[in-house]
Order: sequence, then structure tokens, then C-alpha cells
Amino acid sequence: MSIKTAGQELAEVIGKCDADYVEAHLEESQTSHIIYRGRELDSIGRATAIGGNVRAMVKGGWGFVSFNDLNNLPERVALAVEQARFVGREASQLAAAEPVVATVSVEADRDPAAIPLVEKKQLMDEYNDIIWRTPEIQTSTVGYADSRKKVIFLSSAGSFIEQERADITLRLAAVATRDGDVQQVGLSVGSRGDFSALQSLHDEVAQMARRAVALLSAPQVKGGEYTVVLDPVLAGVFVHEAFGHLSESDFVYENDRLRRIMTLGRQFGRPELNIVDTATIPGLRGSYQYDDEGMPATRTYLIREGKLVGRLHSRETAAKMNEKPTGNARAINHRYPPIVRMTNTYIEPGTVSFADMVGDIKEGIYAKNWYGGTTSMEMFTFSAGEAYMIRNGKIAEMLRPVVLTGNVFTTLENIDAIGDDLAMNQGGGCGKGGQAPLPVSNGSPHIRIGRCLVGGG
Amino acid sequence: MEDILAQAVEVAEEAEVFAVSSEETQVQFETNRLKHLQTKQQTSVALRLIRQGRVGYATATDMGERHSLVSNAVATAQFGMPAEFQLPAPSSYPPVAVFDAGVASVSNEAMIQLGEELVAPVTAHTPGIICEAEVARGTVSVRILNSRGGQADYRKSFFSLGIEGSLVNDTDMLFVGESASSCHPLSNSGEVAGTVLRQLELARNRASVPGKSLPVVFTPDGVASALISPLMAAFNGKMVLKGASPIGNKLGQPVFDRKFRLWDDPTVGYRPSSRPCDDEGVPSQRTTLVEEGVVAGFIYDLQTAALAHTGSTGNGSRNHGGLPSPAPSAFIIAPGDTDFTEMVQDIKEGLVVEQLMGAGQGNVLGGDFSGNVLLGYKVENGKIVGRVKNTMVSGNVYQVLKQVAAIGREAKWVGGFLQTPHIYCPSLSVASKG
Repeated sequence: MSIKTAGQELAEVIGKCDADYVEAHLEESQTSHIIYRGRELDSIGRATAIGGNVRAMVKGGWGFVSFNDLNNLPERVALAVEQARFVGREASQLAAAEPVVATVSVEADRDPAAIPLVEKKQLMDEYNDIIWRTPEIQTSTVGYADSRKKVIFLSSAGSFIEQERADITLRLAAVATRDGDVQQVGLSVGSRGDFSALQSLHDEVAQMARRAVALLSAPQVKGGEYTVVLDPVLAGVFVHEAFGHLSESDFVYENDRLRRIMTLGRQFGRPELNIVDTATIPGLRGSYQYDDEGMPATRTYLIREGKLVGRLHSRETAAKMNEKPTGNARAINHRYPPIVRMTNTYIEPGTVSFADMVGDIKEGIYAKNWYGGTTSMEMFTFSAGEAYMIRNGKIAEMLRPVVLTGNVFTTLENIDAIGDDLAMNQGGGCGKGGQAPLPVSNGSPHIRIGRCLVGGG
Repeated sequence: MEDILAQAVEVAEEAEVFAVSSEETQVQFETNRLKHLQTKQQTSVALRLIRQGRVGYATATDMGERHSLVSNAVATAQFGMPAEFQLPAPSSYPPVAVFDAGVASVSNEAMIQLGEELVAPVTAHTPGIICEAEVARGTVSVRILNSRGGQADYRKSFFSLGIEGSLVNDTDMLFVGESASSCHPLSNSGEVAGTVLRQLELARNRASVPGKSLPVVFTPDGVASALISPLMAAFNGKMVLKGASPIGNKLGQPVFDRKFRLWDDPTVGYRPSSRPCDDEGVPSQRTTLVEEGVVAGFIYDLQTAALAHTGSTGNGSRNHGGLPSPAPSAFIIAPGDTDFTEMVQDIKEGLVVEQLMGAGQGNVLGGDFSGNVLLGYKVENGKIVGRVKNTMVSGNVYQVLKQVAAIGREAKWVGGFLQTPHIYCPSLSVASKG
């Protein structure tokens, strides 16, 4: 049975349920992957998957049933409704939604499934060869993955949305060793299905490999507080981790104490600071037309002129906080219900040039490139794949990877310069509630943070 | 499955079909009250074949797609890695008990009751705390068939309890939590909640530490969050083969403290990490990794074992839906002879670390870790005096485990993949912000 046929069958059933709200997702995907560990191809494969879910709300309680067998759909619907009834004990609240009937297709030049595996492999061979040509490289990893996915969303309110999306990620790493010391440098890139965006990374890959070797002779930073300049990639991770997650209303909507902190209008940073989340920019990995609750994508200012002015919502969090829905409910696949997520999140550009930003720093750290990041809402840590000392206004010696940590609230206040050079990073993936990696993008110009805690050896 | 195998052997020298199906029910509490009831059903089938000496691979969720499964696997085989291994012939498996029929008969009402027993004591203890809790039960069935006649077939049940609490006081936040899992139905909600209450008691007061080298006790959760991921990478046969493991050429050499003993064990009864065979149908075994500080072994699947001229340790895992690859089942660190209270009493000024956030982001292969103490306590003159914040702990796993002050007497399962006691390190770099 095709998912379209299954969708039509479900549409008949979910409109007639004794529930406050019912929605269903049906999904089919084609994926391929190529992984090298070292010189040898480690894994290459293709997969197809189908699946779906039904989510029902009764008296404020949610029932959710996921499956990848498309038989017995009416029974799945009945189970989801029964489960919702079992847990529901109050009133259902969902922000109003217009029923939408729409079809969104993948652009023909953005379909990775149409590119022969041999062509993808050839490019990976080239990159892996570049890494291996670098002296003192011990090993490499190259991980390529692409997907083309079609999701049908339908709701008891009459929505029926067919959306296709394509996604590509490429993660490369070079490992250098000397006398038992191991150092690695990684590079992550991604695109919304456009294979050509990955095709001219040869120079970057060569640089990455040389940097891994250079790290072997680099010193560890001495732990402590520093003035830190972040490049657009790392500043993008910072805005995602340190602030973006706090803007997700599912953390906030039923937590009175957190709501008091996240009061709209509260000053979080200097007037130059503006932070935006939007799924409406074509071609970015976090973009879409409709979220997984069938709500249209929006552009949301989270911080404007240093003040908290908005947050990200699902239909339920918007209703419970009496705010406008923003279309930010997303699920990584049919096995999970949609939850509030970011899309493309960035700091808007300011006016400070990089030279001015670094110029008056006597001793500081220039941290570049994404290595990883995580947050506990109040505290965050993120790590830089590449770091240098700044001495007397100049970029000085290379350091081993550094980990930066801090309190979100004081760190945002401590952003004292915002560059004029916004760039978006497409290489990230976000994890939350066991759902990872979700395609997102982050961005920022260079930014400077005063008094940032840096961990060292 | 038999027909997929039959079709595959017509076009390949060897073939193997791996099918897994699972069903899970989760009861979830949000903001201290019942919110979600979920059921997840999933099946998948994977075909691995060897054609002209190379490995081909494809997966699908739908048995109906078996034609594309064979053709996709054949298509990838032209690029696939040369197969250095043979699929396992029929063999007998050790009796590893991982199924309890009682799990499936735990009612939704009983699961909700358990969730309430997790949340109620915590909210009663600390007004204003916001808890999320989950009670889950499920079963997994695995079946493997290969063209050499090898076959495996087992069922596993699992049950888990978990609670996380967050307490917000203006911009100060505290996170506590505990979980437990088993192949038996669990009813120890009181014990799990009790651990959270102890964390809340210890975190009641605030304390600050100076930025310098200090003795640190890692609790079992602290060991899991700070020390274990570098070791899981370093003992992986694939890393060893690639020369990327810092201990890959140290077999038989003392690398760790004499008190340190580590093994991988998928045969412990009724643990969710256990199974009679791995995902390639190789019998499960206990694999010694460190014996009295000496590197004693690594974990391998069929392919990496063949390349390393050794045998598979039964650690072939398809965790990520791809080809089998070596992965730990469960790491077990042997208990020592020191009580946690004795460790604390021994410290004039130091730290107890329960959760280190972001420790796995740095140079994991090299063993470096550096993280923010998400939950940890200051020790002064042999007593825990309060919770620390704005504190980073950094070090290198190999330096830390080379000289351990003491290892705890009692080991605990953490996150389903590690059983470990407390580990007491004499000196670690601490950075803090007042």
C-alpha cells in the first residue's frame, strides 16, 4: 500500500473519532550512506523505509501510536484515542489552525536520490585521498549521508499536506598521532539536498588535515576566564545552545518559575543584539513550508535590541501561553511525536569589523569551528575545533581544542561586540528528547564575549 | 526471511538476513503529571551479502520490498569493502536469560501508578520542583539467518523507570535525576525516587571551589558522563586497527592503575544490554579488557577480527541500522574495597562529581575530557558541604586512571550500558568562576 492510499484511508477514519483532536503522519524515505574509516570503505548502503503514526488528544492528554506496518490503520487510530482518553484529565488546548491542503515537492536539482552512488563515492574518495596525502595523518573518517523523504500530514480538522524534503550531511575527520598522542580535527557540512554544495571542499579538507597534524605540537590552554572571540560557526552553535533551547516554549509553558525568568520584554543583552529563528529562508536545512502540526513556517524574533520579544511554539504551548503559534513543532521521523524545535537560528549582523574586535584584546582566545555543544538551559558548554591565543590585538599561537562554558544569562550580557560578517552553518544537527539529529542551521557574525570560562588541561 | 535469503544466494557467494521487530509502551509524566501514553511498533529487515568478494548491504522496513532489498544490496556490493570474514556456521549459544513474560502483562494502570510513585515523593520533598518521569516496557525479537546455515532467534523484554527534576530559583537551576532498567518488571520506584531525594539534600547548600588541582570522586553517574566514552572508543577493535586508539599497541602492558579492572559482558542475566549472540550471530562472551591495570583485549566483530588476525568477541552491533561494527554490550568496572564515605572522609578539599556536562565534546580519542559540573558537590574536611556551580573539571582519562586513589566497594548500573563503582582520583584540574 502506498502512503498516499494509506493517507486517504486514514482521512476517512480520523474525522469521525471521539477525540478533541487527531492527526496522523505517514512517511516514506530513501536514504544512502557512504562511510570510510581509514583508507577503506567501511560501509555503503541504501535503505528504504515507510512508517507512520497517529496522535490523539483527549482532555489534555496525548495518545501516540507509531508503526511501520500500514495494515490495520483504523485499529491504530482507535488505540491512540483510547490512550489519550486514558491519560486526559483536564481541558485540551490547541492554538487555532486553518485546515491546509497542499503539496510541496523537492526541486529537481536538489534530489540526492537522483545522483548515482558511484558519483557520490568518487567525491568521497577524493576527499579521503586529500586527508591521506598529509604527512603524520594516522587515520580518517568520512561519513556521507543523504535522504529524500515524503511526509503526509493529515488532521481531524481537515488538513492534508504532502511535503517532500531532501537533506545531505558530510562529516570528515582527520586523526594525527605522534608518540602516543592523538589529535583530531573535523569538518561538518550539510545542504538541503543540493549535492553541488559539497563538491568543492578540497581546500578545506586539506586545511583540516594539516591542522590535525599541527595540533600535535600545540599547547593546552591554561583554564580560566578569558575574553573570547567566536567565529560565525561557533557563535552559531553558541546562539543555538545557549539561547535557542531556552526559547523553546515546551520547557517554559508549564514551569512558572522559568516563565518568570523568560518574561517578554526582559533585557538579556546589549541593544545591538538581535536573534532570529526562521524556517522561511529557502535552501537552508532547517527550512520548511509547514511544520509537523501542519502550521505554516514563520520568522520569529527571539531577541530584538537586547530584549526578549518572542519564543518558539507548538500549537499546545502557544494556546497555554496565550501567544501566537510560530510553526515550530517538528519530529525527526514517524517514531516520535512533534515537539518544539528550532529551525534556522542566527544572530543578526552588527557593525564591528573583525580587526576592531580583536584589536584591543591584550590576552584572549579566538575560538573557531564546531566540535559539539550541549545545554542544561542555565549552563551551556560548547567546544571549539580550532583555537588560537590572541595577544596584543593579534592572532597568536594555535591551541589544542578548548571547551567554553558559562551561564546563559551572564554570557549574553557579556557579548560586547557583534561583527558585520553573518554566515550560516549548515553542518549541524540538533538533539532533544531523544530525537536526533534534526536538520537545523545556525549562524552569526563574529562576536566577542567578555569573561568566558575556558577549560584547559 | 528464508525467501529473501534464497533470492540473495542466487546472486551472491554468501548472504545473511537480519530481522528485528520491537514493540514498546511508554507512560510519560510532564510537569509532575501524566501527559502521554505512547505505543511504538517497528520492524526492519537488513540484507548483507558477499558478491565477488565484496560486501553489499541494504535495509528496508517492509518485507514487501524484498526485491529492492536484494537489488540494492547487489548495487552497493560493487563498491563494498572486501569481505575478510566468513559468516558464522551453526553454533550453540550460551544460555543468557533476557526474557520475562511478566513485562508484557504489566498494565497501563500499573505503569501510571509507578510514575506517580516516582514523582510524588520528589514534589513533596521540594516544593516548586518540576519533574518529568517515564515508565516504559517493551519486547524485541531478533532473528538472523545466513547462507552457511547459521541461525539465531531470541526475544528480549525490557522495563525502565526514570525521573528528572529541575528546580528553578530565578536564574539558578538545579537538575537531578535517576533511572533504572531491567528485563524484569521493575517496582523499585521508591528506591529511584530516594536517590533523587538524596541529590536534593546534598545540593541544598551552595559551595564554591578554588580554581586549582583538587581530588575528585566520580560517582557511578559521574564515571559514565566523564570517563567512559574515551574508553569505549579506545577498546574498539576498529579504532585499534586504524591506529587511532592510544592503547592499541599496548596489549599486555600496564596502562592503568593496578586496582583498575574492566570487561565487556553481554551475558549478565536479565540486563537489557545482554543477549545470547551479537548482531552477526556470534555467541556472546565476556571479554576481559583490563586486568590489574594491564591492557588485556579489545572488542571485535567478524570483519575487524579477521583483519586483526583474531576471533570475533561477539561485539558486532547494528546499533545505527548500518553494517555490523564493533560496539560494547556493557562495560563493567570491577568494584574495589573502599566505601564512598571513606573516600569523602579522606578529602580535605575536593569535589564529588555526579554529572559532567559536555565532557565528550573534546578530543575523545586522545582521552581528554573537559566539562561543566552539572551536578556535583564540594567536600571540605571530609564532609560534603554543598553543591558547586560554574565549575569545570578537565583531565585526560589515561592520566586519571593511571593513578587512582581508590575504587568503590559497590558498583551500580548506569544508563543500561555501564556497571561501575565510584572512582576516587587524587588530583584533577578544576577551573571555576566565582
